Amino acid sequence: MKKTVFVGALSAAAFSAGLAHAQTTLETVQNRGELICGSNTGQAGFGAPDANGVWQGFDVGFCRALAAAVLNDPNAVTFVPLTSQTRFSALASSEVDVLARNTTWTFVRDVDLNLTFVGTNYYDGQGFMVTRDLGVSSALELDGATVCIETGTTTELNLADYFRVNNMSYEPVPVDTAAEAQQQYLAGACDVYTTDVSALASSRAAFAEPGDHAILPEVISKEPLGPVVRHGDDQWADIVQWTLFALIAAEELGVTSANVEELKAGSNNPEINRLLGVEGGFGEMFGLDNEWAARAIAAVGNYGELFASTIGDQTPIGLARGLNAQWTQGGLLYAPPFR
Amino acid sequence: MSSTTDPRLAEAAPKKRAFHPSMLLYDQRYRSITIQIFALFLLMLGAAWLIDNVINNLRLLGRTFSFNFLWQSAGYDINQRPIEYNSQMTHGRAALVGFLNTIILAIMGCALATILGVLAGVLRLSSNWIVSRLVTIYVEIFRNIPTLIWILIFGAVMAESMPAPSTFRGDDPASSMLFDAIAITNRGVYIPAIMFTTELGVLPLGPISPSWNWVLILAVLVAGVFANKYLIAHATRVQNATGIRPKTWWKSILVLFGPVILIFIGLGAYLEYPELRGFNFAGGTHLRNSFLAMWLGLGIYTGAFIAEIVRGGILAISKGQTEAAFALGLQPGKTMRLVILPQALRVIIPPLISQYLNLTKNTSLGLAVGYMDLRSTLGGITINQTGRELEGMLLLMAVYLAISLTISGLMNVYNSRVKLKER
Repeated sequence: MKKTVFVGALSAAAFSAGLAHAQTTLETVQNRGELICGSNTGQAGFGAPDANGVWQGFDVGFCRALAAAVLNDPNAVTFVPLTSQTRFSALASSEVDVLARNTTWTFVRDVDLNLTFVGTNYYDGQGFMVTRDLGVSSALELDGATVCIETGTTTELNLADYFRVNNMSYEPVPVDTAAEAQQQYLAGACDVYTTDVSALASSRAAFAEPGDHAILPEVISKEPLGPVVRHGDDQWADIVQWTLFALIAAEELGVTSANVEELKAGSNNPEINRLLGVEGGFGEMFGLDNEWAARAIAAVGNYGELFASTIGDQTPIGLARGLNAQWTQGGLLYAPPFR
Repeated sequence: MSSTTDPRLAEAAPKKRAFHPSMLLYDQRYRSITIQIFALFLLMLGAAWLIDNVINNLRLLGRTFSFNFLWQSAGYDINQRPIEYNSQMTHGRAALVGFLNTIILAIMGCALATILGVLAGVLRLSSNWIVSRLVTIYVEIFRNIPTLIWILIFGAVMAESMPAPSTFRGDDPASSMLFDAIAITNRGVYIPAIMFTTELGVLPLGPISPSWNWVLILAVLVAGVFANKYLIAHATRVQNATGIRPKTWWKSILVLFGPVILIFIGLGAYLEYPELRGFNFAGGTHLRNSFLAMWLGLGIYTGAFIAEIVRGGILAISKGQTEAAFALGLQPGKTMRLVILPQALRVIIPPLISQYLNLTKNTSLGLAVGYMDLRSTLGGITINQTGRELEGMLLLMAVYLAISLTISGLMNVYNSRVKLKER
């Protein structure tokens, strides 16, 4: 009897494992009633829990918009903190539905790791932070310096290339998380802390004396950061991708969290009508209802509002829009037409 | 009378004859085999299910199983490089650097743990109240707090409380070097390095090419140890024949150190002192914070366990042995060295093997303080940059298994030499 039960359980497990693969990510998320979002281990402004334990930030906001679009509830998100080293395994093994965690879009990750980068939500580049009393004003003066670097990142490879190309030597101090890097840097165990400029600004804002630290002018790499999903589920990739485009297009079209309810009743701009589901029936094309984008915008605001409230120049992080302005403002943000 | 049969035989005969399948379950002779075959079957079924799952999942993800990534350019730098390495070399080379770092840490850690452990184990039995209590405090504190915490504490102490290299600068620096030779900074400790004016080139041994100078020194050192062994054996023979033991101490010192010193002089050995250059110290040997934290953390932690093993080994030797040695007029120190410890070794060696294995496996905690061991290079950065988790982890497991089996094999050989010989 016991053996029969065991064999039965074994085959049931095998069967359900087979079933789980047959289900699309959208169905999995909807059945679960919750989105699982791979997040930073704690990067102020981008993704970190606040004093009440509620996750806040730019990447977090994107996950909330996605949850609002798919589940009609911006709070139906579980955030899983992932280090640079664990993030891709977590995504590949379906531990998370989407990864929104300052992840750089590269060829190998896109092609060889079988990930799908749906777009760029922050155009970044790698920079260097030093203490002002070091008296360094250019990255080219860093020959022989000790550099704190997060392992398993593209910045690690850029750093090696940059020092090699410029015929300089350095001593890497590898660390696992941004928090550890900051601790080592503040303790003086390294002269330089290098990572994406946005993360440097975010770290510096959290320091006791932000004025004592300078970010050097050199930006040594292109770091397009964006949300990532698994290869092979194009429907889910489309949903994540167009949620991002919806936020970007909303800013371009002047749709904000304040006026979205009003515009949802219908306006004389057909593109806004298609975006907000008044006409066109776009949401149904990928298995959602037609108000998905309106809900996403109502939840976190458009791209500009999200940027301003989490990392913009009015926040302690104080990042300028720069490359992340709309294409009409001289930036790189360019959502394909909702047509 | 052949026509009548014994009733007892008639009863026994059918038992021998018929084998019924139910006997597999109810007959004691077969039951254990049945259960074992069944368990083996289940185990194989489980393994087959797991392997099938892996193959299926890899196929679903569109991934192939390949070790080709080991020959691709690594792209990342490693700070502690026992052999030549730069970011343009392969992932395989980076893994080899990590492997050597693991071995260096394991050997240094085992040496430190053994020295501390033997000292503390003997001292804990001291009749001096303060000494034995102090050692008890060391043992209880270190073995009851996880090794990772100790590693992090040593790492934090080095990084937070030691002076920065810049404080050594200027005419009236805030910090100065010990004996003008050793610089203790928050980036690690810089000690003088032995350099040679004459280089004999490198010994071409594939990926690891040691310098001939050091190979020669090592060879002479080993030869010296063997010569010394012969010297002692000769002294014992003379003592057995004549009853008078010739003096050997000055001959031993001459044989052990004389040739090595001559070679050092011949090759023009000199000490290269660390000096402040640019951001950091340059020259000398740099013991990084990560290495020191791992070395001290693992060595002192494991030393506490070895202390208990040594104490247990000594207590296992009957008190009569000590009394007999005292009765022969041996002093306490000699009693310990000549009578107690050689016998205690038989008890000490087997648990000591597992402590060495533990320490070696614990080196894989290196990533916590950024020590670039095998786990951090192959099992960390390489896996992350190439996405080959399965291949990388399998390789990692195979290498750690090989290291552990080698240590355990070597220690077992030593154990069979010191254990009680029964003839």
